[in-house]
Amino acid sequence: MAGEEKKGKVSSRRRFFTDIAYKVGLTSMGGLLFAGYATKAKSSPLTLRPPAALEEKEFLKTCIKCGLCAEACRNRPQNKDKDGNQLPGTLKMARAGDNKTIGTPYFVPRDVPCFMCEDIPCVPACPTGALDITKVTNPKTNEMDIKLMKMGVAVVDVHSCIAFWGLQCDACYRACPLLDEAIKLVYDRNSRTGKHAFLKPVVDADVCTGCGLCEKACVTEKPAIFVLPTDVALGKAGDHYVKGWDKKDQQRAGNRANKDITTHDERSKKSATDYLNQGLEF
Amino acid sequence: MKLSNNKYLILRRIVQIGLLFLYFAGNMWGWSILKGDISGSLLFNKVPLNDPFAILQMFAAGAVVGINALIGALIIALFYGIIGGRAFCSWVCPVNLVTDLAAWLRRKLLIDKIERKVWISRNIRYYVLFLALIVSAIAGLAAFEVISPITILNRNIAFLDTRAAFFGLGSGLGFIAAIFLFDLFVVKNGWCGHICPLGGFYSIIGKYAFFRVKHNSENCTLCMKCKEVCPEVQVLHMIGKKSIAVNDIECTNCGRCIDVCDDDALGFIVSTYIKKSKELK
Repeated sequence: MAGEEKKGKVSSRRRFFTDIAYKVGLTSMGGLLFAGYATKAKSSPLTLRPPAALEEKEFLKTCIKCGLCAEACRNRPQNKDKDGNQLPGTLKMARAGDNKTIGTPYFVPRDVPCFMCEDIPCVPACPTGALDITKVTNPKTNEMDIKLMKMGVAVVDVHSCIAFWGLQCDACYRACPLLDEAIKLVYDRNSRTGKHAFLKPVVDADVCTGCGLCEKACVTEKPAIFVLPTDVALGKAGDHYVKGWDKKDQQRAGNRANKDITTHDERSKKSATDYLNQGLEF
Repeated sequence: MKLSNNKYLILRRIVQIGLLFLYFAGNMWGWSILKGDISGSLLFNKVPLNDPFAILQMFAAGAVVGINALIGALIIALFYGIIGGRAFCSWVCPVNLVTDLAAWLRRKLLIDKIERKVWISRNIRYYVLFLALIVSAIAGLAAFEVISPITILNRNIAFLDTRAAFFGLGSGLGFIAAIFLFDLFVVKNGWCGHICPLGGFYSIIGKYAFFRVKHNSENCTLCMKCKEVCPEVQVLHMIGKKSIAVNDIECTNCGRCIDVCDDDALGFIVSTYIKKSKELK
């Protein structure tokens, strides 16, 4: 050792610092791979979660991947066919290769939709609160109500829905557990024949729970009505638009009073010209 | 193969496979003895049991965790804190079945005898443990839980169903195969003894555990059979030298050394770590 230092090759100080650098290098390399994988593992935005699940980002943090919800779903007493054989549950646990965060519960309505059990076996089973029981509890009666859940919203592809072609089909309408509330049939004149009616299914996003019974019932080869996660399916009007005829919506607009809502850009510096009333020509 | 030389081995296999069966039965037939999986279960429909390391990662990710899961994690932490932290590894963890098979094959195929220049530190697990918490905070989800072969294997058995390919085990088998090959051909006890952060976590938890392996050097004939089978061979530094308990936190309390010892020089004792360390001084 002393000889080494004499030659100025490897001093113990150098050894100490390179040791630290070695560990930092390994750790950052490992950390990069690890973080890259972990970040990728949670990028599956089109996943339908169980009832009362927290918003996706919070859900991924809070779910411990124990599968107690999926077990409660599968082993609920109603989940048997006529001969008493066990049926597959709605909720599945994501496996490697499912393109979902591994071990998290999800469902595919076209395979097995959610049957909206009134006793909701899955939600109270969650030990961590990733399924939040308050989201399906009626604040007035303090009782659980499955109709309050929002797993997703059914969306109709009007090009492949045969009811929009003019064929008579109300499979989704009949399958909906919130009959005539979540899916309504809108009558329209069929101008092609001149004497028939369209009976078009239209989803009310405020009522739809995203159970997917419509998607399961849809008769087309690939379902023309399908459930998307709520945040994916719905847009947002934002603060710039208000329903002038709706008092509640007026209040919403009132809430943004403190914000600066005027547009500032090159053109907005000039004041607007009232060309309609003054009869100016350009 | 004498029965008395495999007592703890057989007991461990019964516990490991029995637990997997109970998890499977909980999902398949709705048995209420043990529901869920290894990261969160429900005992007799009443007692919550949760993986404290998973909960720790969830905290790091910034989750607000429900009270049941916290109680479950506390129960598990206390349990292993008393009976020996890494008893989880050798008595419960399903990956132990795979890595023990690899270690056994290494001995049978004499791979152990061939020296290779692949060396990794046994402390890597603590770095991985630390990294798992950091990455959890960055990625916003429990990071080790998305790659953990332990929960993947356990879950694939617990939620075995006909929809998944390859006898229902799914592609989680790839992880397991990789660990098996790594342990068999690259590093002896590579996964469990070097890398797995859950093992590192339970090592720390079991620092003051009561159940320890005790060596009696007067009986020892220095046959070194115990060192041959021990997955954490560095903890047996006292063999043939001192009559003390194995106080290294990495000991998994698997009891394999006690099994193979023909000279009654090893055995389990119930004692406190504190008392032992005073004796040492």
